[in-house]
Amino acid sequence: MAGPHDHDHHHDHDHEHPRLSELQLRVKALESLLVEKGLVDPAALDEFIDIYETKVGPRNGARVVARAWTDPAFLDWLRRDASAAIKSFGFEGRQGEHMVVVENTETVHNLVVCTLCSCYPWPVLGLPPVWYKSAPYRSRAVIDPRGVLADFGTALPENVEIRVWDSTAELRYLVLPRRPAGTEGLSEDELADLVTRNAMIGVEVVAASESLQ
Amino acid sequence: MNGAHDMGGMHGFGPVQDEPESDRFHGEWERRAFALTLACGGLGQWSIDQARYARELQPPPQYLTNTYYEQWLHGLETLLVDRGLVTAEELQTGKPAGPPPAGIKALPAAQVVKALQQGSPYTRPVDHPPGFAVGDRVRVRCDHPLSHTRAPRYVRGRTGTVALYHGGHVFADTSARGERGIADHLYNVAFDSTELWGIQSQPGAVHLDLWEPYLEPA
Repeated sequence: MAGPHDHDHHHDHDHEHPRLSELQLRVKALESLLVEKGLVDPAALDEFIDIYETKVGPRNGARVVARAWTDPAFLDWLRRDASAAIKSFGFEGRQGEHMVVVENTETVHNLVVCTLCSCYPWPVLGLPPVWYKSAPYRSRAVIDPRGVLADFGTALPENVEIRVWDSTAELRYLVLPRRPAGTEGLSEDELADLVTRNAMIGVEVVAASESLQ
Repeated sequence: MNGAHDMGGMHGFGPVQDEPESDRFHGEWERRAFALTLACGGLGQWSIDQARYARELQPPPQYLTNTYYEQWLHGLETLLVDRGLVTAEELQTGKPAGPPPAGIKALPAAQVVKALQQGSPYTRPVDHPPGFAVGDRVRVRCDHPLSHTRAPRYVRGRTGTVALYHGGHVFADTSARGERGIADHLYNVAFDSTELWGIQSQPGAVHLDLWEPYLEPA
């Protein structure tokens, strides 16, 4: 369903996408019905969309990671009580009520999936990308994690053990990637800029920025 | 239930295709389907497990060909009709055929931020001591209920080691039937890849969060 036409169609080429057109009408009808019945406040819909489109996203998680890389006391807190440590940034609530942070090391690499649906730590990573919710990832992450990593161009040494975390309850997992070499002089903000969403899911590792290489 | 949603270990879906971090929604209808689902969730008429079960109950061919927000849309429409908040006829026409349900009020825009910050904590006291401890060997019961469960097929009958104890958490299987106050002990169990995938296994482990009723001593 993803495509370049991310705008409303007011003219006659909707017939090229009959299913999309049908979905647009179905959602519009549902929204007007629920608003008329007093079950939905239309301004609340705009608020939900604005929050997850412009405010809550993976930059939150990147700040947590950068803090863990630079502040040993915070790292210790994260290990003991990830929910509380993360809440100290104001990142809390829906789909992040119970957080666990899993740390990558020289010999262990962590990968997070939800094989049964789409569980994902919203307060620190925002809404999940399409691939995280899709059959190719959900089916393969547990049986062929190295194959999934290869889809992202990630190759780990043979001796690295891969731990896959299947989010089957209301615990939400955040991967703490390894800090790249050569970043000793960077500030916390500069470090956060290096941390990608994909590294915090575990399908990539964090690379030093190109200017450092 | 053994539905199409239980995908762990299946073959044939092809490679994973990355997308940029900046992509959030793909089309206006996805934004609206997402927000409607959260707004109606705020009515408090169903649990997260009832929402999951409503999506899982779709016939596998439908589940596997839907895009993600079509799953949500199907689940939302199903729950609204099941709870008597709208009728199937109203869904067809988009027009109210009767008065709004008594005693149920829309979540106001001014309360959205607070509702999201509060979330829904799932920890609860449990009326019996935990049956397992970190380090114990446990086997997942071989159980294939028609109802909602969070023990995926690929671990049923398999043996692992308790890695973490999470305390008491609302039990998904009963929560999916609307009994939202029942809790049980929740453990993170590590399964060696060899135990799960045998000849095809890669060195490592798969960790799952599993409630005590799913487990037996091994």
